[in-house]
Amino acid sequence: MTELLLPVDSYLVEPLPEIWFGLVMFALTMYIVLDGFDFGIGMLYATRDNDHDRETLLSAFGPVWDANEVWVIAFGTMTLAAFPDVYSRLLADHYLLALGFVLALLFRGLGPELREQRDDERWMRYCDYSFIGGSLFAPLLFGMIAGRWVFDAATLSAPTLLTGIGLVAVSVVTGAAFLAAKTGPALASEMRDYGIIATLAYLGGVVVLLATVVFTDAGGAADTILSIPAAVIVVLSVAAGLGGIVLAGRGEYRAWLASALALPVLLSALVALLLYPTIYPPTGLTVQDAVVSPLALNLTTVLGVPVLLLVLWYFKFLYGVFSGPIEGEGYGA
Amino acid sequence: MSVLSQLLVDGGIALPMLDGSALQLSPEIASRAQFGWTISVHILFAALSIGLAPFIIYFTWKEVRTDDERFTRLRSFWVKVFAAGFVMGTVTGIPMSFQFGTNFPQFSSVAGEMIGGPLAFEAKMAFFLEAVFLGVLLFGRERVSDRTFILSSVLVGFGAWLSGFWILVVNSWMQTPQGYEMITRNGMEVAKLTDPIAAFFNPRMTWMYVHMINAAVISVALLVAGVSAYIVWKKRDSEAWGTALKIAVLILLVSAPLQAIHGDAYGRHVEDTQPQKFAAMEAHYETGTADLHLLAFPTDPSALTDPRAENLFTISLPRVGSFLASGGDFNAEVLGLNEYEENPPVAMVFWSFRFMVGLGFLFIALALWGGYLLYRGRLSDSDRYLKAMIMASPFGYAALLTGWYVTEIGRQPWVIQDQLTTSEAVSTTLTATEATLTLVGFLVIYGALVLVALYILRWLIQDELRELGVQETSGDRWYGPIPGVSDDD
Ligand code: HDD
Ligand code: HEM
Ligand code: HEM
Repeated sequence: MTELLLPVDSYLVEPLPEIWFGLVMFALTMYIVLDGFDFGIGMLYATRDNDHDRETLLSAFGPVWDANEVWVIAFGTMTLAAFPDVYSRLLADHYLLALGFVLALLFRGLGPELREQRDDERWMRYCDYSFIGGSLFAPLLFGMIAGRWVFDAATLSAPTLLTGIGLVAVSVVTGAAFLAAKTGPALASEMRDYGIIATLAYLGGVVVLLATVVFTDAGGAADTILSIPAAVIVVLSVAAGLGGIVLAGRGEYRAWLASALALPVLLSALVALLLYPTIYPPTGLTVQDAVVSPLALNLTTVLGVPVLLLVLWYFKFLYGVFSGPIEGEGYGA
Repeated sequence: MSVLSQLLVDGGIALPMLDGSALQLSPEIASRAQFGWTISVHILFAALSIGLAPFIIYFTWKEVRTDDERFTRLRSFWVKVFAAGFVMGTVTGIPMSFQFGTNFPQFSSVAGEMIGGPLAFEAKMAFFLEAVFLGVLLFGRERVSDRTFILSSVLVGFGAWLSGFWILVVNSWMQTPQGYEMITRNGMEVAKLTDPIAAFFNPRMTWMYVHMINAAVISVALLVAGVSAYIVWKKRDSEAWGTALKIAVLILLVSAPLQAIHGDAYGRHVEDTQPQKFAAMEAHYETGTADLHLLAFPTDPSALTDPRAENLFTISLPRVGSFLASGGDFNAEVLGLNEYEENPPVAMVFWSFRFMVGLGFLFIALALWGGYLLYRGRLSDSDRYLKAMIMASPFGYAALLTGWYVTEIGRQPWVIQDQLTTSEAVSTTLTATEATLTLVGFLVIYGALVLVALYILRWLIQDELRELGVQETSGDRWYGPIPGVSDDD
């Protein structure tokens, strides 16, 4: 029965394991791009002290964050489905970071939801702390996990910490650009300033990180970083960052947003470059070692990939419904 | 918490041990307690979404199509509950899927091919659908057409039922695994998928899906009935809430008896496929003919921890256990617990099962009583009924949780029946300090979350009463939406 529908002993197409490596990296990219700007909004929220601005930021965040966050679940479960041993090791070896990360997500998600339940100064302040703290720690810890994973480095080492801080900075960049494009001129110009500072910090951080890795050869990654593809990624990142600063300065916020979003995409490309073919450097596991058997992967491909396309369409629909600038009152519940 | 007390009963490493100076649990015990506790909280919110979905769809459709003020009121109230519950379901659910890797990496590796697919389908097919269209349902009223708006409510509900489907594919496979063979990958014995249809539609799957969905519907119907009864009790002439109470009672009239009939057949299926669990449910130790204990009371306190027939007062149907288990033979042998080397903690399973079934019959009685009052047109007038429903509102959840304890604890020592034990599944790199630390963290944070959820429900009810013009009088004030009980959201 099954044989009739799907090949059992061979992959649908020969490079299917590599394609799945690509799909997993795609989910990771979607996550750090989309939830990244949510985190950025959360951190920038800390700079707002009047209620009107805070409400504006929350309404930019409200309708989309939950859908954005699902990409981390997609990333995790796709990894489990295609490379179960990577999933096990990745989470088991980074126990406290991983659970810290999900708890940060918990506080980030609950803060805004609980805030609107009560009209009480103190209550709202605690909810704000929860939102801001969660938005800061989630990318920090997620980045640290990625750093340990990719560079096989200790928790409190420079590569790990710099990756964490890098993700925080790039989230602020995309968050600021997103807000600048979505809100009125007054808020936008302030966001522009934060965005520019964060871009510079991010680019500086990436350079220091890569220099450290080359210098210490963490995880044996030095060669990859000195290769042409990595150089291209770095050059493009610098171009996108500096170009973004110019666009932001000119007040072309939509174009700035586009160039800002390129930064996490490029970051993720760098991660993918470093993880191929050794998908789990600490144990030397390669994509071919870790991948599941043909039937299982064929099935997840046939049932999962069309749905993934459908999901992209939903996102287009969602962002379409909530496109355009927001006023202080939000979208109107 | 009950997992902890179960471990006490189990005689395992029961109490937090003093290990050096710090209070530490073994990684295995802490992981199990943590998983059991977090899933118990998560399931409350998941069941809320599943059970509330039909109400939301119905209210939305009625409001948009008829402009009836009653449904506007009901929709706006329950959508707020749904939204808060959904966020809590999301934030409690993400740690669930992480714990497969953090605490049970061996399980993830061994079962990766079997559970990874369904979990990924759940994320892609169900979670995205729910999250995207809930955004539209909550914030998009003015931005989309009526039809898209109604459709959004349907898609959100469908997403909730679909996520229940995929997660139960995973869980039912753990109960009755099939469709795989064991192979070696990277030096480890792991399951290789050989037949996806057999694996997904394993013998337990449909039983579990029907029973779980119906359990969620019952639990939420009781919650809706309780809240409505409370508001009606405060404001007799509220048409909207009278209607809500009526709808809830009608749903219970169908779902409560269905659950008992289905559960009875389900029990026989469990006997077929997991005889050890069935023996634990019935506290049947010696292989031989089995009696059916309709009611069991402890005759001395030890029966709470070791429910053997000698220390129970039971009303039993002699040999009916054999009759049911074999489908017609009063003399059929039923395997007893003494046949096995290692058993689940019998008392937890036995008493949980009785708790669930007892509550199941209570719900039937409440439904019939309500049906009778409805027929006489006095549903909103009977003080006694309103009070009974207010008190009963958290009990659906209690039955739902205890039912899961039967399923999950009754499967021990296996995590995948007859294939992988729970102790083999636990992380080998996890230290006692890390495990204890996160366990305490989850106990505190998830506990606080349940309390916050209860408070939100209470605030929403107070707002609603204020809008209906009910003055708060200190005399007849209930503390909390559900007096005296808190195992609910
Ligand atoms: C409102 C909740 C509720 C109610 C009233 C009942 N159940 Fe239930 N039961 C559940 C909620 C539940 C559950 C939590 O949803 C479980 C756990 C796993 C599952 O599929 O459903 C369950 C499991 C479950 C199992 C299987 C355990 C296993 O998988 O190992 C059996 C045999 C029964 N139930 C039997 C009954 C009977 C005879 C009932 C008679 C009234 C009953 N249930 C009422
Ligand atoms: C939905 C309601 C569920 C509840 C209330 C529940 C409850 C529990 C409890 C109490 C335990 C602990 C048993 C023990 O330690 O003796 C347990 C174990 C376990 N359950 Fe579930 N479970 C549920 C669903 C699931 C699902 C859907 C899965 C898988 C997809 C799952 C996977 C596991 C695993 C891996 C364990 C082993 C770890 C352990 O023993 O704690 N559970 N569950
Ligand atoms: C160990 C088992 C489980 C895992 C790993 C798990 C995982 C998750 C995750 C990651 C989410 C968040 C989805 C989002 O962001 O939208 C979630 C939500 C949800 N889960 Fe679970 N879950 C488990 C058990 C269950 C069970 C047993 C059910 C019901 C039968 C269930 C039903 C739902 C539903 C309906 C949601 C949507 C959110 C909500 O409506 O509250 N889950 N789950």
